[in-house]
Amino acid sequence: MDLSFVLSILVFSPLLGIIVLAFMPKTEEKTIKIVGFLATLPALITAVGLYLHYLAGKDLSDFDVAKEWITFGGLQGAEAGFWAVNYELGVSGFTMLLVVLTAVVATLAAIASIYIKHEWKGYFMLFLLLEIGMLGVFTAENLILFFLFFEITLIPTFFLIGKWGYFEKEKAAYSFLIYNGLGSAVLLIVIMILFAKTGTTNIEMLTQIMSDPNVPITSGLKLGLLIALLVAFGVKLPIFPLHSWMLRVHVQAPPSIVMIHSGILLKIGAYGLIRFGMGIFPEQFEILAVLLAILGVVNLLYGAFLAFIQTDFKMVLAYSSISHMGIVLIGLAAMNEAGVQGAIFQVVSHGLISALLFFLVGAFYERTDTSLMENLGGMAKGMPIASGFLLAGALASLGLPGMSGFVSEFMAFLGLFEEMPWIAAVGTIGIIMTAVYLLRAVLGITYGQSHREFTGVVDIKGVEWVPVLVLVGLIVLIGVVPSVLSSPLQATLETIMLGLGG
Amino acid sequence: MSLEELTSYNWGIMTPEFIIVGVAALLTLIDLFMPKKQDRRILGWIAIMAVGAAMVSLAGLLGAAPESILEDTFRLDSFGKAFKFLLLAGGALVLFLAVSYKADEGMEEYRGEFYYLFLTGLLGGMIMTSSGDLITLFIGLELLSISSYILAGIRKHNLQSNESAMKYVINGSIATAITLFGLSYVYGLTGTTNLLAIAGTLQALADAQHAYLLGLAFLMIFVGLAFKLAAAPFHMWAPDVYQGAPTPVTAFLSVVSKTAGFVIVARILISVFAVAATEGPGSIPILYNMQDYIAVVAGATMIIGNVVALKQSNIKRMFAYSSIAHAGYILVAFTTLSSNFFYSVWFYLLAYLFMNLGAFAIIQLVEAKTGSTRIADFAGLYRRSPILAVVMGILLIALAGFPGTAGFIGKLNIFIGAFMVQEPHYVLASVMIATTVVSYFYYFGIMTQMFFRPAADDSKFTKIPVGIVVVLIITVAASILLGVFPDIAIDFVNENFNQFADFLQ
Repeated sequence: MDLSFVLSILVFSPLLGIIVLAFMPKTEEKTIKIVGFLATLPALITAVGLYLHYLAGKDLSDFDVAKEWITFGGLQGAEAGFWAVNYELGVSGFTMLLVVLTAVVATLAAIASIYIKHEWKGYFMLFLLLEIGMLGVFTAENLILFFLFFEITLIPTFFLIGKWGYFEKEKAAYSFLIYNGLGSAVLLIVIMILFAKTGTTNIEMLTQIMSDPNVPITSGLKLGLLIALLVAFGVKLPIFPLHSWMLRVHVQAPPSIVMIHSGILLKIGAYGLIRFGMGIFPEQFEILAVLLAILGVVNLLYGAFLAFIQTDFKMVLAYSSISHMGIVLIGLAAMNEAGVQGAIFQVVSHGLISALLFFLVGAFYERTDTSLMENLGGMAKGMPIASGFLLAGALASLGLPGMSGFVSEFMAFLGLFEEMPWIAAVGTIGIIMTAVYLLRAVLGITYGQSHREFTGVVDIKGVEWVPVLVLVGLIVLIGVVPSVLSSPLQATLETIMLGLGG
Repeated sequence: MSLEELTSYNWGIMTPEFIIVGVAALLTLIDLFMPKKQDRRILGWIAIMAVGAAMVSLAGLLGAAPESILEDTFRLDSFGKAFKFLLLAGGALVLFLAVSYKADEGMEEYRGEFYYLFLTGLLGGMIMTSSGDLITLFIGLELLSISSYILAGIRKHNLQSNESAMKYVINGSIATAITLFGLSYVYGLTGTTNLLAIAGTLQALADAQHAYLLGLAFLMIFVGLAFKLAAAPFHMWAPDVYQGAPTPVTAFLSVVSKTAGFVIVARILISVFAVAATEGPGSIPILYNMQDYIAVVAGATMIIGNVVALKQSNIKRMFAYSSIAHAGYILVAFTTLSSNFFYSVWFYLLAYLFMNLGAFAIIQLVEAKTGSTRIADFAGLYRRSPILAVVMGILLIALAGFPGTAGFIGKLNIFIGAFMVQEPHYVLASVMIATTVVSYFYYFGIMTQMFFRPAADDSKFTKIPVGIVVVLIITVAASILLGVFPDIAIDFVNENFNQFADFLQ
C-alpha cells in the first residue's frame, strides 16, 4: 500500500481546523475551544499510527514522500538533479518519537487552552499554525523545508506570546522574535553555504557528500559551519549565555503556549544539533566535544543555582529548563551510544515533564492569580490532588528512579563519565542541586506557610484530568519500560555512531 | 534615413510602447475637451486598459527572436521583455491605486495629468529596458524622471508635496548630470554610443591610462544611478519625497521607478563595464575590479536603510527606508554577478513589486480613513477590519522575508549567488541576513500596532474602493504563490527567456 500521503496529512491536518475556525463567529467560545481541540486530533492519531506501524515491525521509510518543488535558475549542473529543493517528508525512529511527542503535547496544550480568556478564534488559528510548523520541522527531509517550518513556528509564537501573555508580553514577544530571528539567520547562512557548495540540501545526501574527502569544503569551513549551527540551535535550546529571551517567554506567555514552547520548541534546538550537527559534521563535532561538555555543565549548574534563588515558580521552572538542557549537551558531548541516547531520552522526557509542570502552574494561576511561591504556600490544603501531581512532576524532573527523568540523566552521565570523567564529576553537583531547588520550590508551595485562605479553590476537575493523567502516565511508562523509546532509536543511533566512526 | 528604410523596420516589436504612447496622447486630448466639472477617473480606467493591452501585446512578442531596429538603438531581447513585464505589472497596479485615490488639496483641477503622467513615466522605463544605445537609455531615464517630478508635486497647494517635488527635481537633476558626465567619458573613449559597439571597442582596450579613465567613468555613472536607486549614501532625498508625494505616486517611485533604475544599471554595467578589459584583451573586466565599491554601497544601503527605518514614526518614511534596504539587497546580486544574476534580480523585483504595492494599497486606505500617515494610525486595525490586518500582516511577513512568501525565495536566490561564486561574499551575505533580522523590528512594529494595540476609534472600513481590492487580491495571492511554488516563475523564465543568454549578442 502506498503510504506516502500519511506524513502530509500528519503535518497539514491542523490546516483543516484553521479553515473551519475561519468561518466561525468569534463569540462562540465553547465551540471554538472544542473545534480547536478536535483539530489537533488527526495529527495525534496519525502520529500514534506511525508508532503502531513501527511496532508492527514495518519499515518507517514506507512513509517517505518526495515531490519536485523548487528549482533554482541559471546554475550549472541543474540537469543532474542538483539545485533542486524537493518537497520531502520522512520519519526515522528518532523523528517519529519527536512527532509523537509534538502531537501529544499539542493536543494537551489545546486542552490547557481552556484558560484563554479572550479572542479564542485568533488564538486557535495561530495555535494550529504553530502545530503545523512543529510537525513539519521534525519530518522535513531537507534543510530548506526544515527552515521553512522552523520559521513558521516563529510567527504564531510571536503573536501568541504578544497578545495572550501576561503583563510584559510584548517585550517577551519581541525578545523571542529577535533572538530566534538571529538564530535562524545564522542557520540560513549555514544552509545556503552548504547548498551553494554541494548543490543539495537533502539531509541524507549532505551527510554522504560531507563524508566524501573530495568535497570542496575545507575542514576549517566545516568547523566554522558547525560553530554557526551551534550558535543557531544554541539560541533555541538555549545554551548559556543565549538564554535570556527564554526566561521572559516562560514567565510571560500563557501556560498552554509555555507547555508547547518548553515541551517542543526548545527541543528543536536539540534535534538540530543531533541531526545536522552530529549527522553532517561528525569529525568537527568531535573537536568541539569538550567545549560542548563544558557548556553543558555550565548550563546545568547555572540553571540549577539560579533556580534555587527564584521566588516565582515559573522562573524556577524556566531555569530548570536551562539546567535540563545542559544534560542534553552533556549527553551529546560524550559522543558514545549511551550519551547520545541519554540526550535523546532527555529531550523526550523533559518535553513531557515540563508540559506537566507548566500545566499545573497554569491551573494554580487560574485559581489564585499568582505564581509566586510565597503566595501559593500551603496549597496542599486547597488543592491536594494538584499538589500531589506537582510533587510527582518535580520528582520526575529531579530524576527519581522509575520515572523518565532518571533514565535520561543516568544514561547521559554514564556516557560522559566514560569519556571525560572530570567534567562529568563536576556536573553531578548539578544533579544534587536539581533535587534541592525543586524540592524547595515544591515543598514551599504544597506545605509552606500559607498567607491566605484557599476556601472556594476547586481542585483539578473535568478536562483538567486529561493532561495530568496522560503526562504522568507517559512519564512513568518511560521510566519503567525505557524500551518504548530505546528500541525505535536503535537504528538512528547506529547511523549516528557509524558517522562518528565508533 | 529614407522612407524605405523606415518601413523596412519590424515596428511590431515596439507594439507595447506604441500602445502606451498612443493612449497617453489620446488621454491628453480627451482631458482637454472634457467638461471641467466632470470626474476624470475614467481616464485612469482607460490607462489601466492601455497597460493591459500593452501586456497582452508583449505576451504576443514572447516567442520573437531578439531583434533590434532603428540603427540598433531599440532592441527587444529577453532581458527587455522580462523587465518590461515587471514595469507593466507594476504600472497597472499603481494605476489601480491611482483610480482609488481620493483627491484632496489642490488636485481636482489636475486629475487628468495624474493618470497619463503615470503612462509617460512607464513608457520611459520601457524604453530603458529595450535600449541598445546610451542615448535612448538616457532619454528613457529622463522621460521617467520628469514624469515623476511632476507627479510628486501634483498636490499643488500641499506644502509637503511641494517640498517633495522640489527636492526630487534638484537631487534628480544633479544625479542625471553626474551620470551624463560619466557617459561622456565612455563616449570619448570609444567614439560611439551604441552599447554593443562600445563593448566591442572596450574589449580590446589595452592602454592602462584608458582603464583609469574608464574606472572614473564607472564611478561617476554608478554614483549618478545610485541616486536613482536611492542607494546609500545617496538616499537622502527618498524619505522626504516619499512622504510628500501622493501615495500612488510613492508606490510608483518605490516600485516602477526603482525597477527602471536597476534596468539601466544592468544595461550599462553588464554590457559596458563587465566586458571592458583592464590590461589588454582577456584580462579581468573592469567591473570585477570595481566590485568592492558596489559591495560597500550595497552594505551601507542595507545597514542605513534598515537601521534608520527603525526610528520612523511615519509609515511612508518608514517604507522609504524599507525600499532603500530592498535596493541594497538587490545590489548584493549586482556585486556578486553570479550565473543566476539576471534571474535573481528579476525575481526579487517581481516579488518586491507585489509585496510593496500591496502594502501601499493598505497604507492608502488607512491614510484616506484617518487623514494622516503615522504608524500609530494602524493601531487596532485588527479590531476594525480583521481581513485588512491579516492581509497587511502577510505582506509585511513577505517583506521581512519569511519562508513561504515570495520575499524569502527572492533572498534565497541572492544568497546562493553570493555563496556560489569563485570567491564567496561571506561578509556581504552576512550583512544582508543580519539587516534582514533588523527589519523584523520595524515590520513587526506595524504588526504590534495592528494586532496588539487598541484602536483610537472603532469605525469599520466600509466601501473599500474596487481598485484597492483588486490590488490586494493580486498582490497577496502572488506573494504567497511565488513563495510556495516559485517554480511558476522559473518555468516562465526558462521557457521564454532562455536564461537571458541573448543579453550581449
